[in-house]
Amino acid sequence: MAELGSFVLLLALILSGYSFLVGLIALIRKQPGSERLSETARRAGIASFGAVFIGAVILVTAAFRNDFSISYILHHSNRDLPLPYKFATLWSGQEGSLLFWSLLLSGYGLVLRLRHKTDVRLFAHASVVIAAVQVFFLLLLNFAAKPFAVIQTAVPPDGNGLNPLLQYPEMVIHPPMLYLGYVGFTVPFAFALGALAMKYPGEKWIHITRRWTMVTWGFLTCGVFLGAHWAYSVLGWGGYWGWDPVENASLMPWLVGTAFLHSVMMQEKRGMLKTWNMWLVFGTFWLAILGTFLTRSGIISSVHAFAQSSIGDWFFWFLIVSLGTFTFFFIKNRSHLRSEHKLESLISRESSFLFNNLLFVLACFTVLWGTWFPKISELAQGKKVTVGAAFYNKVTIPVALLLLLLTAVGPLLAWRKTSFESLKRNFLWPSLGALAVGIVLIGLGVKPWNDISYLYALMAAMLAALVAFTVISEFIRGGRVISGHTGENLAASMIRLWHRNTRRYGGYIVHFGVALVFIGILGTPFNREAEKEMAFGDKMALGPYTLLCRSYTQEENANYSSDLAIIQIFKGDKQIDTLYPESRFYTASQQQQHVPAIRSTLKEDIYVVYEGQNQDTGRPIIKAHLNPMVSWIWIGLIVMVFGTILSLVPNAVPMRATVRDGAEARLPAHADPVGAGD
Amino acid sequence: MLFSFFREKRLHLVPALLLGVLLLMGAGDDSARIDRIGHQLMCVCGCNQVLLECNHVGCSYSTRMRDELTAAVTRGDSDNIVVQWFIQTYGTTVLTVPTDHGFNRVAWIMPYLALVLGIGAVVVIAGTWRNRPSWPPSGGSASGPDGRPSGGSSDSELDRFRDQARRETQL
Repeated sequence: MAELGSFVLLLALILSGYSFLVGLIALIRKQPGSERLSETARRAGIASFGAVFIGAVILVTAAFRNDFSISYILHHSNRDLPLPYKFATLWSGQEGSLLFWSLLLSGYGLVLRLRHKTDVRLFAHASVVIAAVQVFFLLLLNFAAKPFAVIQTAVPPDGNGLNPLLQYPEMVIHPPMLYLGYVGFTVPFAFALGALAMKYPGEKWIHITRRWTMVTWGFLTCGVFLGAHWAYSVLGWGGYWGWDPVENASLMPWLVGTAFLHSVMMQEKRGMLKTWNMWLVFGTFWLAILGTFLTRSGIISSVHAFAQSSIGDWFFWFLIVSLGTFTFFFIKNRSHLRSEHKLESLISRESSFLFNNLLFVLACFTVLWGTWFPKISELAQGKKVTVGAAFYNKVTIPVALLLLLLTAVGPLLAWRKTSFESLKRNFLWPSLGALAVGIVLIGLGVKPWNDISYLYALMAAMLAALVAFTVISEFIRGGRVISGHTGENLAASMIRLWHRNTRRYGGYIVHFGVALVFIGILGTPFNREAEKEMAFGDKMALGPYTLLCRSYTQEENANYSSDLAIIQIFKGDKQIDTLYPESRFYTASQQQQHVPAIRSTLKEDIYVVYEGQNQDTGRPIIKAHLNPMVSWIWIGLIVMVFGTILSLVPNAVPMRATVRDGAEARLPAHADPVGAGD
Repeated sequence: MLFSFFREKRLHLVPALLLGVLLLMGAGDDSARIDRIGHQLMCVCGCNQVLLECNHVGCSYSTRMRDELTAAVTRGDSDNIVVQWFIQTYGTTVLTVPTDHGFNRVAWIMPYLALVLGIGAVVVIAGTWRNRPSWPPSGGSASGPDGRPSGGSSDSELDRFRDQARRETQL
C-alpha cells in the first residue's frame, strides 16, 4: 500500500512537471502545433489530479485499516480512534496536510482546466502557473515530507493516536475550509500572473476570477472563524482569538483578500487600480504560503505549529522564487497596467475604496509586524520578546473601528460623486439610530470615560448599529422603489432587488454579518471569571449566577477515560442548567485535555472548565467565565456565509414588470435606486 | 452615633480601626495587583498564554510562577521590582508585550507610523487623481495601443455619455 502511494505521488509529480514544462514551451513557441502541445499539457494537469486523489485515498484507507507500518499513520492514528477522526488523519500532520493541500490544488486545477474553453489562451497561462505550484508541493511530498514513509522497525500493535486537541468535531471541517481558502487563492493569482504575462487586454480576467475569488474568500472566512470557534470550544482558556502566530497566518491572507475583493470593483467599474489589484492578488497568495511557512518551519513558536522540520527551507525558496517571478513579469509588462485614475470627488465610492484598502493592508501589515517582531528583535538586539494579545488589541482596534465606519459609509456613497443631499438622505436615520444605541448603552451602565476598553466597546456598538441600519435602510428603500413600480409587497420587492444585483446586495448581507461579529467581539471587556476549589455542595458566584458543585463522576471508553464535574447553574433560586466540564485522559497518546462545558445564549456564555485537582490539597478546581455576546460572532459568520452565497447567484436578466396602472415597464437589471453600483 | 463615639473618648481606637481598614484595603489591592501584573506576564512553558490564563494541563511553570508572583506582591515589592525580577529570572519573553524603551519602541511606533504614512499617501494620491484630466482606460475601445486616447471622444462628449448613463440607470 505504501509503495503504491509513493508511486502515485511520483506519477503526479511527473504529470505536473509535464503540464508545467510543456505548457510553458507551448506558450513561448507560438508555432503551429503549439495548441496541440498545450492540450497535452492540459490533459497531463487533469491526470495529475487523479494521481494525487488516489494517493489521498490510499492514505485515508491506511488510517482506516490501521496500517501502522506507515510512519504517518503510526504517529497520527490508533485503533480506537473514532472513524471521522481517522478520516481527519489526512490533514492532522505535516505530510498528510501537504498531501491534502496538493489534492485541493490539483482539484482547483482540474476545474480550471475543464473550463478552458472560456478563454483557451488565458486558461493555458493560468494552468501553467497552477502546474508550477503543484510541482512545488509534489516535490515536497516526494522528497522532503513523504506521507508514505515506512517505519524501519517492527510494526507496533497500535498507533500513537491523534493529538487530543484535534479530536473535536470541528477539526473535521475547519482545516478543509481553511485549506480550501489558502489553496483557492492560487487560482486568482494564476489568472493574474497569466494575464500579466500575456498582456491580456481589458478586465475580462477579473470577471473570470470574480467567482473563484469570492468562493475562496468564503472558504477562508469559514476556516478562520471555525478555527476561532474550535479554540473557544477546545482550548479551555475562555477566549476565541489569542493572536497566536498560526491564527495570524490565517488572518493575513484574509485581510488582503478582502481588500482585493473590494478594490477589484474599482477596476471593473472605473478601470482603476490595475497595478494595485495585481499586487493584492499576488499578496494574498504569497501570504497564504508565508503562513504555511510560519506554521511548518518552526521559525516562530506556536502551540498550533507542526513539528519543526527542514521543509521551512523549501517554503522559503518558493516564496523567493514566486516573488521574483511575479516582480519580473510586473516590471516587464507594467505598461499594460496603465489605469485611468481619475477622481471626480473625494466624497465618492472610489475614495472610500482607497481608504478601505489602506486599512485592510495596514491591518495586515500590523499583524505581520507583530508576528515577526520577536524574530526581528532577536536579530536586532540579540534577545527575543513576546508580542501578545495586548499589543494587537492596542494597535488593531482603532484600525478595525475605522474599517467598521467605512463598512457603514462606503456602500452608500455613489461612484464618482456624492451630493450632500444624498448623504443626508442615506445617513440621517441610520446615524440617529446608532446614536440612540450609544445613549441606551450609556444608560445601561457602559461608562466610556472609566476605561478605554469600554470606549472601544461603545464605539464598536454604535458603528455596528450604523452598519446594520444602513444595510436595512438600503434594502427597505430599494424595495420600496421596486414595490412602487411592480405593486409587489415589500419582502418580495427586496428579494427582487437582491436578484437584480446579487453581488451588491449579497455584499450588504456580508456587511450585516460583519456588524454582528463586532457585536459579539465588543462584549469582551465585560467578561468575568471566577476560580475555586469546589468539593460537593460548594458554591461559586459568577455575575448574577451561582455555580453549585453537585458531584463528580467518571466515564471511560476505548479512546479515553474522563473525569466529569456536575455543575448546576442557578440564577437566584432557580436552577437554569447543568453543565458537565470534563478532564480527559487519552489512552493512546497518554495526553490529558480539559473539555469545557458551555451554556450559550444570545446574551452570554457560561463557560466552565474542570481544571483538574490541586496537587497539594487534591481538591478539584473549577474555573468559570461569563462571556457576554459571544454567540453573535458565530451568528455573524453564518450571515456572512449566507451573504457570500447570495452574492454568487447570477443576476436576474432584465425583466418586464407590470406597473400598478397596468402598463408594462422595463426594469433595468442594474437599476440603482439609492447609492450606485456594487 | 459618631458623636457619642468621640464623646466617650474612644479616640485611642481610631488608629486600630484605620489600620484594620488599611489592611483590608491592602488585601484588596494585593489581589488587584496580582491580577494586573499577572496579565503582564506570560507563562513560559511555551503554551503562549498569559500567566493567569494558562490552563495548560500539567504545566510545570504556571503554578510556580503564580506562587512567586503572589509571594512578591504579599511582601510588598513594587510592581516594577516584581516585573524586573520575572524578567531576570525568565528572560524578556516573560513580558506579554515589548517594553516601550530602546529598540522595542519600534514595535509600537511602526503600526501608527504606517497608518499616518498610509493616510498621507492616500490623500496625496486622491488629490493627484482628482486634478488629472481623464482618458479612457487602456482596454477601452477608444484607446490607442499605448492606452492613451486615440481621439474621437472629447471630455464634453464623455460627460454627456456619463450623464446619459446616470439617467438611464435611475429608476
